[in-house]
Amino acid sequence: MEDGTPGRAWYEIVAHVLKRHQVDLVTYVPDNVLRPLLELVHADPFFTAFAVAREEEGLGINAGAWMGGRRSILMMQTSGFATLANALASLTVPFQIPNLMLVSERGTMGEFNIGQQLVARTMRPVLNTLLIESHTLTRLDELEFILDRSIVQAVATQAPCCYILSPLLTGGKVFAA
Amino acid sequence: MAFPPNQPVSREQAKVMNRFDITKRMVALLRNEEAVIGGIGYTNFDLWGAGQRPQNFYMLGSMGLAVPIGMGVALAQPRRKVIALEGDGSILMELGSLATVAARKQKNLTVVIMDNGAYQITGGQTALTAEGADIVAIAKGCGLTQSAWAADESAFEEMIALSLREDGPWLIGCRIDSAKPVETTERDPPILKDRFMRGLGVKGS
Repeated sequence: MEDGTPGRAWYEIVAHVLKRHQVDLVTYVPDNVLRPLLELVHADPFFTAFAVAREEEGLGINAGAWMGGRRSILMMQTSGFATLANALASLTVPFQIPNLMLVSERGTMGEFNIGQQLVARTMRPVLNTLLIESHTLTRLDELEFILDRSIVQAVATQAPCCYILSPLLTGGKVFAA
Repeated sequence: MAFPPNQPVSREQAKVMNRFDITKRMVALLRNEEAVIGGIGYTNFDLWGAGQRPQNFYMLGSMGLAVPIGMGVALAQPRRKVIALEGDGSILMELGSLATVAARKQKNLTVVIMDNGAYQITGGQTALTAEGADIVAIAKGCGLTQSAWAADESAFEEMIALSLREDGPWLIGCRIDSAKPVETTERDPPILKDRFMRGLGVKGS
């Protein structure tokens, strides 16, 4: 398939799959690893992309957009995800809103910030406790399939889905000594 | 277009009104299936009590997210007017959302703040709004230039009518008393969402 052409970067594949599924609203709190993806969606007129002040604000905007008939995704880093538990438990999950989330994974495989390392450990337990489907994205060759199928599933089952962008895929953020 | 120039300059100068009364006045002015997002607490309960409409969304628990949810509906349906109803304690948790609304220049969004200076539903503890935080001044500082306190009930009605007629974003500050709400919202999230999506024409009716 054209989309899986070797040589495509992870962020090009992500943008391509979002487009295919008409996910055209991107809210985010920025992150260094996400930078090429954020630049790509800002440069493409298909997307409406903007930064919000807090991650839960983005989750609220995206929930409203869904109820109004528009698809969206919230992008953030692990520490940002840690601020979402209340909004997920009181809005996304009980109202059955298929909020899509893309988290750049900090706190593992070479982390230099102890705060990131600790808060990262709360992410999967929160997702698991709230029974939110999540996928850790580690391989370029699986990326399109996982995104493509799980967006279809999220919409069809009105259930949120969280993608964890592993340093194995992105290279992560490297400590500049 | 801005609000008329006869607005109170500060929170202290605005008349203390009754939340249920002005909520009913607001709902009575809705003619074009405008969406209304009710934040948590008594603001939400009085929106429920003022008469349920398919275009009303009743939030449950995600304190502070009425403005973001309203913003999302407004982004999805730019031709529909959207009103986000929020309490003072709630908006204090999500002041950044006012800057987002201003930066996006969201034309079809009106924010209505019900300010009684207290966390009433938890026992009336004092909120920072009673100690000097002026939400209208904060909104203006965020770039929401079309923000004002409602002097009284008739001024409130004029401001709502103007915000439904002309491009926003708008923010209307309302000082309210601490009367109890008239009803309690039914807590059934999937049904609340389903009704709202049908009311917005996203799902078939």
